[in-house]
Amino acid sequence: MQLDRLKTGGRIDRTRPLNFRFNGKTYSGFAGDTLASALLANDVALVSRSFKLHRPRGIVGAGAEEPNAIVQVGTGASTLPNMRATQVELYDGLEARSTKGWPNLRFDLAALNDRFSKVFGAGFYYKTFMRPKAFWKYYERFIRASAGFGIAPTEPDPDSYEHRNAHCDVLVAGGGPAGLMAALVAARSGARVIIADEQNEFGGSLLSGSESIDGKPAAEWVNAVIAELRDRGNVTVLTRSTVFGYYDHNFIAVAEHCSDHKGERAADGVRERLWRVRADQVVLAQGAFERPLVFCNNDRPGVMTASAVSTYINRYGVCPGKRAVVFTNNDSAYRTALDLNNAGIPVVVVDCRKSGAGSLGATADAAGITVLRGHIVSDVIGRHRVSGIRIARWDGDTQSTFDSTIRIDCDLLAMSGGWSPAVHLHSQSGGTNAWDETRHCFVPAESAQANVSAGACNGHWSLKACLQDGIDAGAEVAARCGLRTMPVELPVTTEGTDNPMQALWRVPASKDPDRCPKQFIDYQNDTSVADVRLAAREGYRNVEHVKRYTALGFGTDQGKLGNINGMAILAECLGKTIPEVGTTTFRPVYTPVTFGLGAGENVGELFDPIRKTAIHERHQAAGSPFEVVGQWHRPWYFPQGGEDLHAAVARECLATRNSVGMMDASTLGKIDARGPDVVEFLERIYTHDVGRMKVGRCAYGIMLREDGMLMDDGVMARLGEHQYYLTTTTGGAANVLNWLETWLQTEWPELKVYLTSLTDSFSTIAVAGPKSRDVLQNAGCSIDLGKENFSFMSVQQAVLAGFPVQLFRVSFSGELAFEINIDSAYASQMWQILMESGKEFDITPYGTETMHVLRAEKGFVIVGQDTDGSVTPVDLGMNWLLSKNKDFLGKRSLSRQDCVRDDRKQLVGLLSVDGSTVVPEGTQLIEDPGAPKPVPMCGHVTSSYFSATLGHPIAMALVSAGHRRKDETIYAYLADNLVVPVTIVSPVFYDAKGARQNV
Amino acid sequence: MFLIQCPWCGNRAETEYRYGGEAGISRPKDPDALSDAEWSDYLFYRSNPRGAHKELWNHAQGCRRWFEVERDTVSYKIARSYKLADRNSESGS
Ligand SMILES: [Zn+2]
Repeated sequence: MQLDRLKTGGRIDRTRPLNFRFNGKTYSGFAGDTLASALLANDVALVSRSFKLHRPRGIVGAGAEEPNAIVQVGTGASTLPNMRATQVELYDGLEARSTKGWPNLRFDLAALNDRFSKVFGAGFYYKTFMRPKAFWKYYERFIRASAGFGIAPTEPDPDSYEHRNAHCDVLVAGGGPAGLMAALVAARSGARVIIADEQNEFGGSLLSGSESIDGKPAAEWVNAVIAELRDRGNVTVLTRSTVFGYYDHNFIAVAEHCSDHKGERAADGVRERLWRVRADQVVLAQGAFERPLVFCNNDRPGVMTASAVSTYINRYGVCPGKRAVVFTNNDSAYRTALDLNNAGIPVVVVDCRKSGAGSLGATADAAGITVLRGHIVSDVIGRHRVSGIRIARWDGDTQSTFDSTIRIDCDLLAMSGGWSPAVHLHSQSGGTNAWDETRHCFVPAESAQANVSAGACNGHWSLKACLQDGIDAGAEVAARCGLRTMPVELPVTTEGTDNPMQALWRVPASKDPDRCPKQFIDYQNDTSVADVRLAAREGYRNVEHVKRYTALGFGTDQGKLGNINGMAILAECLGKTIPEVGTTTFRPVYTPVTFGLGAGENVGELFDPIRKTAIHERHQAAGSPFEVVGQWHRPWYFPQGGEDLHAAVARECLATRNSVGMMDASTLGKIDARGPDVVEFLERIYTHDVGRMKVGRCAYGIMLREDGMLMDDGVMARLGEHQYYLTTTTGGAANVLNWLETWLQTEWPELKVYLTSLTDSFSTIAVAGPKSRDVLQNAGCSIDLGKENFSFMSVQQAVLAGFPVQLFRVSFSGELAFEINIDSAYASQMWQILMESGKEFDITPYGTETMHVLRAEKGFVIVGQDTDGSVTPVDLGMNWLLSKNKDFLGKRSLSRQDCVRDDRKQLVGLLSVDGSTVVPEGTQLIEDPGAPKPVPMCGHVTSSYFSATLGHPIAMALVSAGHRRKDETIYAYLADNLVVPVTIVSPVFYDAKGARQNV
Repeated sequence: MFLIQCPWCGNRAETEYRYGGEAGISRPKDPDALSDAEWSDYLFYRSNPRGAHKELWNHAQGCRRWFEVERDTVSYKIARSYKLADRNSESGS
């Protein structure tokens, strides 16, 4: 039974009843309801427990400002936490529950907090849980359990989300009277317009009232405007679309909720769409928020903002009470009193002003409504629901209160403390706000970007003023876009005269503010007047500090209701003016957005590009698991007959050392560098003497950053007098190309050098092992592969098995080896041919893991594994690579004080003393396991493997002063306090003379 | 997200660009002649002004060209952007 549903009225569809569940109970509402309006229709007053004190709470607002009705909507993988029930559109079968209140709303164990609330003052958590430090892990669990909002789903989100880029001349944020007018003027002037409103229909405040425009109900005017905008080809009309972020250079983020009003999941298509809009001009027309009044027990269920009560009556056909009191310091709440009266609800107005309201006051009097002028509400009676209020006489001129014991029975208290323009987006964009002494609110002052505020968010309260402000804003932005403005007539409205509002930041109570019943400023964070006063007493002066100390303005509503009241009360405590105290910083997002929206399409396979080599399918067919390196998927190892990683790698290593192995090295970066000045250029980049290389020769080259640290390495070959072929690490390919380009463009534009990335054009197959020469010969090679004709570290063009290739005699394994560079179109075929040609030698494909072991046995470093951006070539023992004949990038840094310290970490080899422990990579090394804790560290393990070739583990490490500590024993400190003694040795474990590769 | 004008390609979103830090830092001609302090000044120290700042941007997702931008570090307003070759003239747009 929808007990509180009015017989008629509202914008709901009474022919379409909808069932929904809240906290396990089934209720019914109508299409057009929000979860909040449907709950109110069903007389559900208690919707949550408060954050800290666990006080019973009810619905306060009707929109984004709602602090209490924070619910978990939906089930399983598509559930959404922290939803404002006021913004959740009802659909059939909707499941929602309070995110607060355990074990149930009426008997919340933690409500004991309220009884001990003296203990739970501002800064309570900071003061109590900081010591002893070690106990934090226990405290944290308690705090999280008692304070957490909703729960995140544990399964992957089954729905689709989308990002869309858009450009427009004018973006209008907000579709109330001002926004609609601005959009209409801009659109008629020929501007490309996007108008977005967060609600399911346009109209803003007009949906909540009973005003007329041009002699007709306002809704008809709204429909006509929207129809015209939709008909125009130059306007994009977005409903259920929240402009939530205003970023630099008029970049605007809009969250469009495409399907959340239809059901838990997006049955077809997209659930939410992120519009990334670059607008030439922006009109901000987001309206204003009504402020609560701050009186004792102003958080009891049944206390609501007046505008919310009007919204429930006029828009949803619901009256949230049977006997009402309206408490106000301004005229606008009289509309609510009239709305209540029209709905047949007995209502009394308590107005703190002796003069009461202007023309609306006369209307109320004429309607027979009791208006108590010069009165305040001093306390609220009732715990789970308002049952009455106490009032007192108050003299605003002398600020004196006259106790009275008058009690008024009521179950609904509609309050209005004035209005705060929604300056959020204006402020996010960097604009400043100014305090308006007559309207008692912050209004936009200077704009920092190309925008105009209009309507209530510009501090205009009357409908006529909002419409006019919208017209002016539309004309202004159209003119700024260089368009000729088309005039639009101001629609006809009926306007009364208002009496000025009276500032009433803290309503006087019978006891002093620290001992009276709680007067809440921020419902969601349980911040009361006493908390702000305590913060001021304890020395907090800056509003940002008070915010963090009292939690004022945190949470899903970000202070939309409470902030201005809180700042005014703080100003009072500090003896300052409100503008002196100022506001906290407004940051995106305006209302919470989902992670799905942020991720958009970039999930799963689309999260990051996947790069595959030309031979990928063959590796897949061979059953290789892949290792992701950068974006490349590289074969890791090639298991045979149920082998694990270690067995496969041992076999692959031995096969390569004893016969022949083959790997896909296509992911290596490849750069063609040529031009008349290429030698001079590369001399400045590489550390060795590039110019001394003869055509046809290869060299191992490294490049340093200007700070002297190793940046990348690779083999480079001189293909011609003015042409080099550079290879880079797999992960460094793009960086190196950028690095080279940067120097050419910014520092040395006079050098004529041209760089081309060949990484994807050419594939690389490395054939390594004593039988590698035989494999190539079997395949049919056009050149003599013998040592005399084709020596180690040289390059030749050849035809291999009928394909033109570039053959490099280089080796990353220490074995006789060839690297075949071939057009990627033929690479897969070449791989197959070589497998065939190597059959008689049992040619063994190997992956990245075996490559790592083979190179580690030779002491070759991997940039990014054995180095970390803080390692110089000297630390690595590469002094032989550093030319003394020239300058190169980073050279000067190698003689900086810090680079010549004798205790720098240097590359060494490590052998486990027990001959069997493979020390995990990353393990910290220490001098003395018996030293008092914290034990100082002297280095760490960078590479560590079991070498099947040598029959024992090998490791590489960076150890302080390691180069001069050969044969010393230090200790690897493993998890579980296990200490393994290791001996420092040369990092070259195998074939130290390099005889095997030079045959 | 900034809107930056590439002198070759026009106005593009910041995500297409790579930031290159303060402009006008020239590599010393003879590094060996510098003291550690002088070399460190080139390596590490930047002016980090409040207000007008000349900085390098690279149109990484576009023409891959480096150019200079004059940007206010407080308001983030971009006064102009211009090719490196034009850095000594006032003719940038
Ligand atoms: Zn460009």
